[in-house]
Amino acid sequence: MTVSPEIQQIGEIEFQIMWNRLIAVVEEQAQALRRTAFSPIVRESGDLSAGYFHPDGRMIAQAVTGTPGHVNTMAASVLHFLNRYPAGTMREGDVYVTNDPWMGTGHLHDFVAVTPAFHKGHLVGLFASTCHFMDVGGIGFGPDGRDVFEEGFYVPPLAMITAGEIDQTLITLARSNSRYPAELEGDLMSLAACNQIGVSRLADMLDEFHLTDLTALCDQIVRRSRDAALKAIAAIPKGTAEAEMVIDGYDRPVTLKATTRIADDHITVDFSGTSGLSARGINVPISYAQAYSTYAVACALFPEVPNNSGSLSVVTVTAPEETIVNAQRPAPVSSRHVIGQMLPDVVYGCLAQLVPENVLAEGASALWNLILEDAHDACLTQGIAGTRRFSALSVQTGGTGARSRLDGLNATAFPSGVSGVPVEILETLTPLIFWRKELRAGSGGAGKFRGGLGQSIEIGHREGHPFYIYAALDRIENPARGRFGGENGAPGKVALKSGRSLKGKGKQLVPAGDRLVVETPGGGGYGSAADRDAGSVTADRQNGLTK
Amino acid sequence: MVSRVNRASADIGGTFTDIVIEIAGVRASTKILTTHQAPERAVIDGVQGLLETRGLGFDDLDVFLHGTTLATNAIIERRGAKTALITTQGFRDTIEIGSESRHDQYDIFIKKPPPLVGRGLRLTIPERIASDGSVLLELDDTHVVALAHSLKEQGVQSIAVSLIHAYANPSHELRVREILSAMLPDVYFCISSETCPEVREYERTSTTVANAYIRPIMAGYLGRLKAELAQKGLNAPILLMTSGGGLTTVDQAADYPIRLVESGPAGGAILAAKIAKECDLDAIISFDMGGTTAKICLIDHGQPLKSRSFEVDRTERFLKGSGLPVRIPVIEMVEIGAGGGSIAQVDSMGRLTVGPESASSEPGPACYGLGGRRPTVTDGDFVLGRIDTRKFADGRMVLRRDLAEQALSSDVGDKLRLTPVQAAAAVTAIVEENMSNASRVHAAEHGKDLRRRAMIAFGGAAPMHAAQLARKLSLVNVIVPKGAGVGSAIGFLEAPLAYEVVRSRHSRLERVNNAATADLIAQMKQEANAVVAPAAGDQPIKAHVSAFLRYVGQGHELEVDLPFAADGGIDGAALKEAFDRRYKEVFGRFLPNHEIEVLTWAVTASAAQPALVADEASNGSLGKIEPSGETPFTEIDGSTVHAPVYERSELGPGTVLTGPLVITERETNTVVPRDFCVECNAFGHLVLTNLVVQAARQSDRKGAANDRQP
Repeated sequence: MTVSPEIQQIGEIEFQIMWNRLIAVVEEQAQALRRTAFSPIVRESGDLSAGYFHPDGRMIAQAVTGTPGHVNTMAASVLHFLNRYPAGTMREGDVYVTNDPWMGTGHLHDFVAVTPAFHKGHLVGLFASTCHFMDVGGIGFGPDGRDVFEEGFYVPPLAMITAGEIDQTLITLARSNSRYPAELEGDLMSLAACNQIGVSRLADMLDEFHLTDLTALCDQIVRRSRDAALKAIAAIPKGTAEAEMVIDGYDRPVTLKATTRIADDHITVDFSGTSGLSARGINVPISYAQAYSTYAVACALFPEVPNNSGSLSVVTVTAPEETIVNAQRPAPVSSRHVIGQMLPDVVYGCLAQLVPENVLAEGASALWNLILEDAHDACLTQGIAGTRRFSALSVQTGGTGARSRLDGLNATAFPSGVSGVPVEILETLTPLIFWRKELRAGSGGAGKFRGGLGQSIEIGHREGHPFYIYAALDRIENPARGRFGGENGAPGKVALKSGRSLKGKGKQLVPAGDRLVVETPGGGGYGSAADRDAGSVTADRQNGLTK
Repeated sequence: MVSRVNRASADIGGTFTDIVIEIAGVRASTKILTTHQAPERAVIDGVQGLLETRGLGFDDLDVFLHGTTLATNAIIERRGAKTALITTQGFRDTIEIGSESRHDQYDIFIKKPPPLVGRGLRLTIPERIASDGSVLLELDDTHVVALAHSLKEQGVQSIAVSLIHAYANPSHELRVREILSAMLPDVYFCISSETCPEVREYERTSTTVANAYIRPIMAGYLGRLKAELAQKGLNAPILLMTSGGGLTTVDQAADYPIRLVESGPAGGAILAAKIAKECDLDAIISFDMGGTTAKICLIDHGQPLKSRSFEVDRTERFLKGSGLPVRIPVIEMVEIGAGGGSIAQVDSMGRLTVGPESASSEPGPACYGLGGRRPTVTDGDFVLGRIDTRKFADGRMVLRRDLAEQALSSDVGDKLRLTPVQAAAAVTAIVEENMSNASRVHAAEHGKDLRRRAMIAFGGAAPMHAAQLARKLSLVNVIVPKGAGVGSAIGFLEAPLAYEVVRSRHSRLERVNNAATADLIAQMKQEANAVVAPAAGDQPIKAHVSAFLRYVGQGHELEVDLPFAADGGIDGAALKEAFDRRYKEVFGRFLPNHEIEVLTWAVTASAAQPALVADEASNGSLGKIEPSGETPFTEIDGSTVHAPVYERSELGPGTVLTGPLVITERETNTVVPRDFCVECNAFGHLVLTNLVVQAARQSDRKGAANDRQP
């Protein structure tokens, strides 16, 4: 590796500082996106990501946001942009966007924006960001699509801003295809704005450290990260393990099967044996499957190594085409998170056989997002006038699996790391009323370490109007399993207050005057319940956490 | 021009109470042990003592400034009142569910901070208010009445009431308080619509609960202080330093003690910023170490960073998100449980840990001989020869080496097979490592470079650890300011007399152009002026108006300064222009076609700082000075030498000495180890220089210069 004189001079401590600074720059970029975003799931839950890339496409620094699913996918999407718009053709003030599920983060609801960073006329990197948009037309954010065309409108990689000039045709087209055009335009501008923050902070950094180019720093970051990951792998037992997990699926159970091999300098995860495509939109583009599988490996084996193309390079994730985790266009993919966020449990099923201390029991895993919308059509049919239009994405979580030395976390997202949206915010934006959002007693799987608890949630319409749930919820038929003798967590439930159960997947009506009742799944236990210490058993009972 | 205002300032820490008075521009200070049973005791005795030396009394004071970390320490050490939470049925677990996220995305072994109120004391009542303030489910008094018995039976001292959407309609919270306060007259109540009238149930409830948790302690204390000061003849305003660096009245402080959580540290940050300006330093790290905690703050261009939210008691590696959120204006800093009183112990895995538990002033470190049996950082410092025992606490206390060694042996040395001196070295090394890690994490969070900064060290324990910390962080210079031992109390005197009034009034921008807004601002100005005027003397009072605006649909606001609004001139067009300009400045491009809304107005009344003052003890000499004694001083490598001890009061501008040595003054000791030299600068501040790092930097620079010229 060649090292530029600039880097040779600065030495170890300065290298550390510049690396920290790059991470701080992308953190600020992410904060700017969160602060300017219109989509509630972005501004409240942090469903976004931001990163700095070398002009050759290597990911160098990524803000630690709540979205492992964006992490590697964004790395891949920058390469797609570079293929179409080579670095040499980019100009200062350009911003490129796409929502292509296969080039972006796996579904049409996420837009990725890339901005070249110039400093004194030279391209010194690319800033990329991505976040979830409220509405991209189509049938709405649910798993019912039969192909990707039904799921919304599609923006191929295009220049949204060219040398500072906004492409009004693109904006007008995009606005015209969304039920919430102002929010859509606002969020596109927020992506551009946050990248611009990255660009100017990077310029400050280059000035401060008297640098004109970051290649040597990038090389060193990538090499160090790769070395650190390799060192972690060297310290653990080598071998191959298989694991399988069955989950509910859209209309029939889905088998997720993984084979994980830990070699001397590499880890591979292969999903051969996994079920084929689903008829509806829970299929996963491979980049999203890779993101969550790699994330699971990193958490278990090298959690302290920052995420970049160096650390990512030690893990390879593969799956045969047309399995549910490697769907090809035009498969429907809108609710790909329901499958993708389950993959860490399968990877941990493998790793449990090799490094049992480093894994969690199975958890609720996929977010229990409640996507709720007005039912203006049902209102028309039933003669209910003036129902308010709304679209709410309420992030809800179940319990995480228990750890090898700690209980699972109650009502906490894992592997996703997004935050919940405050009830008060959702109620400000919609006519919904949350009558209950509490821990669900007894839902954590018993064990030496108890699984995390799910939640009990009850939601009604303020005017008693009907409304829709776009369900993409799993672990209703197949609860989170415990490990090493730990018991299963409680399965999830979706029902009407009046009694009828609802399906875990698909758009369904909550009738006028009724309420939606949701119980999110608990996490599995770790180790035998007989080994739990007496004090914890008593405390759980006194606090009403166990039944 | 010298201020003609006579002022007193008191800062209560977990271990010491620092007092400064400024009479006709001349300052004097003292440091005495905090009297935890009645913290006002030390404050009143201390001020009285200093006033008496001038032949003055409390009635000669024009303003009484005060700050305290009692509130923070009560939370960190979980020593607050037995507190219950009453919330809307269905929301019992809001403070436990929290944000539903993880503060470290990659660590699968994280622990979340336990809420201040356990599940057993979280009670719910059927009632419901909607986001627009309308009532969806009426509050039924009988359900509230039914709670009283069990609250009483469980001995609850304080109750937080936080109902859903109460910020939009406080009537149910008010009713709950009305009913229960009649039935439970001795219990304190905090309602969220008063403590933190902001949307977002978790943050609002967390803030209200924290306020309730510390209120009995703080209200009781401030009430007694006010009464006793009045009885002593004080007829000047008592102003409390808030965590945001402004001042508030004693009554406001008693109702909302959560706004004081970082008041002592805020005073310290203000002092550090002032010294940075004085010494022409553009980037500094302020290091404030007292008896219970250490605070680290980065200050660029003389201005500490500010924020509107804060986390108390970050539990895990000081990481963002691992603490309890409170929504208050604060000066940004990181605080960890590392002070002179921090207790050292060996855990079940044989690891030596220091803090966050503190021996505070009662029983205090073992060497105080006040009944403390557990070893603390101060015991370590003492055994290592870092403390001049003759001067300790103004010579009113004899430190016991035998007790310090005994505690270090029994709790640390015997378990790890170390001599008392080795155990002492291990304890100080651990606490210094903890502080340097916290500094690095804080700097990294903000992407700042620590090494090019000078450190400004103050607080009773900081000057003893500053040089070692500077070594770990590769800093060249450490400044130990004049009055370092009572830095925060001096900071209160340096704080601009400022009082901020904030009101939430949600409105679309096109509708703000009316008399109601002008009236609101005028009323807020009046309210703020009333607080500042009595203490301002002849300084002119300025009003500053700002608004928090956003585009309709966004979730976060931008503060926009409105210089034109101070005289009542609010109009939508000017506001829009100011917002668009600010938005473009911050985010690069504004959105010309989006509607704008205003959420909050803020008015700050402030008077300038009084001019610089002379100091009582400035009789230092220029010539060669002699040590006043010596101390057996142990370096980090374990070698012990006889190091000279100098009196700080004898060091004049220009004096240069080379370590190892200890400089002693009434309120602290400055340790200058081997490889450091110290100079007294023109302002009377001690400037320590790390000779090794300085030499390395110089040769780096030369090398770099050579490389650039091939």
